[in-house]
Amino acid sequence: MTYIGKSVKRLEDKRFLTGKGKYTDDIVLPGMTHAYIVRSPHAHARILNVNTSKAEELPGVIAVFTGKDVAEVNGVPCGWQVNFKNGDTMKEPPHKLLVADKARHMGDGVAMVIAEDYATAKDAAELIVVDYDPLPAVTNTADALKAGAPTVHDDAPNNICFDWELGTDKAVVDAAFEKAHHITTLEYENQRVIPNAIEPRSAIGHYDDTNERYTLYTSSQNPHLIRLLLCAFVLGIPEHKVRVVSPDVGGGFGSKIFHYTEEALVIWASNQIKRPIKWTAERSESFLTDAHGRDHVTKAEMAFDADGNILAMRAKTIANLGAYLSSFAPAVPTWLYGTLLQGLYTTPAVHVDVTAVFTHTTAVDAYRGAGRPEATYLLERLMDTAALEMKMDPAELRKKNFIPPFDGIEQEGYTTQVALQYDSGNYDRVLDRALEMVDYKKFRADQAAARKEGRLLGIGFSTYIEACGIAPSAVVGALGARAGLFESAHVRVHPTGKVSVYTGAHSHGQGHETTFAQVVADKFGIPLEDVILEHGDSDSVAFGMGTYGSRSLAVGGSAIVKSVEKVIAKGTKIAAHLLEASEADIEFAEGKWSVKGTDKAVGFGDVSLTAYVPHNYPEGLEPGMDFSSFYDPANFTYPFGAHIAIVEIDKETGKTTLQRFIAVDDVGNVINPMIVEGQIHGGLAQGIGQALFEGAIYDESGNLMNGTYMDYTMPRADDLPSFEVDNAVTPCPHNPLGVKGAGEAGCIGSTPAVVNAVMDALSPYGIHDVKMPTTSERVWNIIHANEA
Amino acid sequence: MKVPITITVNGKKHQAEVEARTLLVHFLREHLRLTGTHVGCDTSGCGACTVLLNGKALKSCTMLAVQADGHEVTTIEGMATNGTLHPIQEGFHQKHGLQCGFCTPGMVMTAADLLSKNPNPDDHQIREALEGNFCRCTGYHNIVESVKYAANAMSE
Repeated sequence: MTYIGKSVKRLEDKRFLTGKGKYTDDIVLPGMTHAYIVRSPHAHARILNVNTSKAEELPGVIAVFTGKDVAEVNGVPCGWQVNFKNGDTMKEPPHKLLVADKARHMGDGVAMVIAEDYATAKDAAELIVVDYDPLPAVTNTADALKAGAPTVHDDAPNNICFDWELGTDKAVVDAAFEKAHHITTLEYENQRVIPNAIEPRSAIGHYDDTNERYTLYTSSQNPHLIRLLLCAFVLGIPEHKVRVVSPDVGGGFGSKIFHYTEEALVIWASNQIKRPIKWTAERSESFLTDAHGRDHVTKAEMAFDADGNILAMRAKTIANLGAYLSSFAPAVPTWLYGTLLQGLYTTPAVHVDVTAVFTHTTAVDAYRGAGRPEATYLLERLMDTAALEMKMDPAELRKKNFIPPFDGIEQEGYTTQVALQYDSGNYDRVLDRALEMVDYKKFRADQAAARKEGRLLGIGFSTYIEACGIAPSAVVGALGARAGLFESAHVRVHPTGKVSVYTGAHSHGQGHETTFAQVVADKFGIPLEDVILEHGDSDSVAFGMGTYGSRSLAVGGSAIVKSVEKVIAKGTKIAAHLLEASEADIEFAEGKWSVKGTDKAVGFGDVSLTAYVPHNYPEGLEPGMDFSSFYDPANFTYPFGAHIAIVEIDKETGKTTLQRFIAVDDVGNVINPMIVEGQIHGGLAQGIGQALFEGAIYDESGNLMNGTYMDYTMPRADDLPSFEVDNAVTPCPHNPLGVKGAGEAGCIGSTPAVVNAVMDALSPYGIHDVKMPTTSERVWNIIHANEA
Repeated sequence: MKVPITITVNGKKHQAEVEARTLLVHFLREHLRLTGTHVGCDTSGCGACTVLLNGKALKSCTMLAVQADGHEVTTIEGMATNGTLHPIQEGFHQKHGLQCGFCTPGMVMTAADLLSKNPNPDDHQIREALEGNFCRCTGYHNIVESVKYAANAMSE
């Protein structure tokens, strides 16, 4: 029986397909009340007075809390520290559960109403009168640093959270530029995008005064971390008195990693009113309060010799962190961005300089890819632009500069200029395969013919690498993480030989219930239906670090393998006893322990039963078959791939049609190809969304102008083609499954491929850049400005 | 003020008194506890709340429960018969047309409407029919495949 490598249909599907999924907002607790949060309509305003008396008088209202009521409660903390270049600690202003004196972004929570039902809570919220004194706001990333810009936090002069640098000695980099035959320069914005998981965030806080325990149900990607932060940093509640459950979660994409104020509010307030409280975001609240992604302004330069070899790369970035530091915000534009600026290339000198700023906007944190898409966008836009400028083929230019293949076993890992050691890679292979799939020569001929007819047809490339499987605790600790990043697993073999697996990873669409069961069933040689995966409940799962950074299988799956190995080792002792053989003569395969070279064997079920009915049992061996493990990886994993986009632009309307998208990704070994392809598809759609459609728009006073689904243009079914995907396999050399992670790949590689294709289509006009998203309006204006 | 209504949901007649402002989606989720119909937005933009009203796809957040008085509603809970998945549900399972599952009920109901009008749609027609339903997980590729699978299964 083999499950690994097969497209096993998902075990979790049926409940979702029949309407029986259980998301947080579907949960109803006895006596449950409903919360609505009054939010600042201003990006920056002093709060002069909050009058709640009329709201409190409305029948059905149970309580109203304001910033003053939670003034003594700690705010939500930041989980990653980055220091200034001079060694000073980053600026870390408090992020209170509700603000009492000043609102710092549109949507900042000012008061919370709790009522018997949601409609009453919302009615009461409209009766709360808040006197605001609106102040000038700064929302634009580059403007935050300008002299005279409005100040977000008094203790962060010039709105700077920190400055930071990484890479080769700056003088060496600059010297390489001095010698360059050609320098390609790009100044661009990597615009702010809004994650928009389709399930709005939701939290239920329940204080049970019979046993003085709290339960938090929350739409989170990592319930244990929420519990840790809630207990140790915000409310000071003993951790063993708190259970956090993340039931079915309707997508995350990073935005549900973080500890949000509403989670702490419903828990705190449930003790005030001694009843459960549910809060569920409306979509317009999600737009204003879910952490956003990207938002960089960068000047990047790449130096080449006459043959097209890269001599050096340097980048200077301003990164917008929003009004408050979200849980992992400081890591994103630094250790998840700067470290990836070597890309797939042998660039001998790389330097990156980042200034992180506060603005009067929603917090920015990890969004699918987190830093790595920004790095890839920079490098891959530079590569296609350089190819155009140097009149070289963009595929050839890349191949000329690729790091040669290495497997991490026979050949060592590749050490970059920016603090990483890539585990294994074969970059030519993925690009060659993508070129084959696109039929590159034919495309160039078609393109030449199209241009003669005046049609704008373009091709764009992107070859990316990402650091996933986040991450070795010691490494991230040295880089500023305030938590470890291991994962836990617990494998419980029941007396009948059925198996429950508990993981600290959390599935919110990734199909862990299937993939992880495939691994366990295969390793034990038992049917898939004999394995069940439990996740998301801090009472049943001992500990966990959750799901993000494409880490679930690489880190969480590896922890499961450790427990599986412990079961097999103990089973070997029991089998040796039952078979009256020496342990050294026992081998385990296909669900049986056998005496080598004989037909004497005992099955998985018999050994399991013996472990729990230990009448005839090895002396000194504990009964039971129940093992937990923790796995801390030795290194990040480094998936990579080659993406190619083909677009045609309608001259009359400026509309870009994505005709084809080819993705060849190498995510190491694949457990379930169907699920991996699905992950790639979803990532592609989000990356393409950033290239063509999406982007948060703030006006000068700090209003989010497109904070609804009427205005924020995510890709819809008729905006996208079907994708052409394939994969190559370069196993990860340092984890037991050889897997690298697939969740973010599509989103990292696709954005620059599409923009490069748009630029290639527009290249007859001799322009080199267009702002993302490359909307019809922007493209039409470029065409008409250059034709006039 | 409460208004008496009678709505047939998944073949079963329900009588209730609701506030006039109660949306159909809230009636389904809160009064009948049919939580398979989801709320993903507040502007009728996401389609997660799509149900069939008298056999036609409708975003149940755009309609008051009182407007559905006397009508027949089918939700995702009413699609399978005696534990056997509807061919559209089966298509989504076979072709991995769902990941987190949140948009899935709305997608299935919209697809049911499409296939009732056009039993053999091409890719383009499927994509056009689904353009009122957001999915953030799948990139739509496998949803299109799922609907094609269902169309084939239903025409057999």
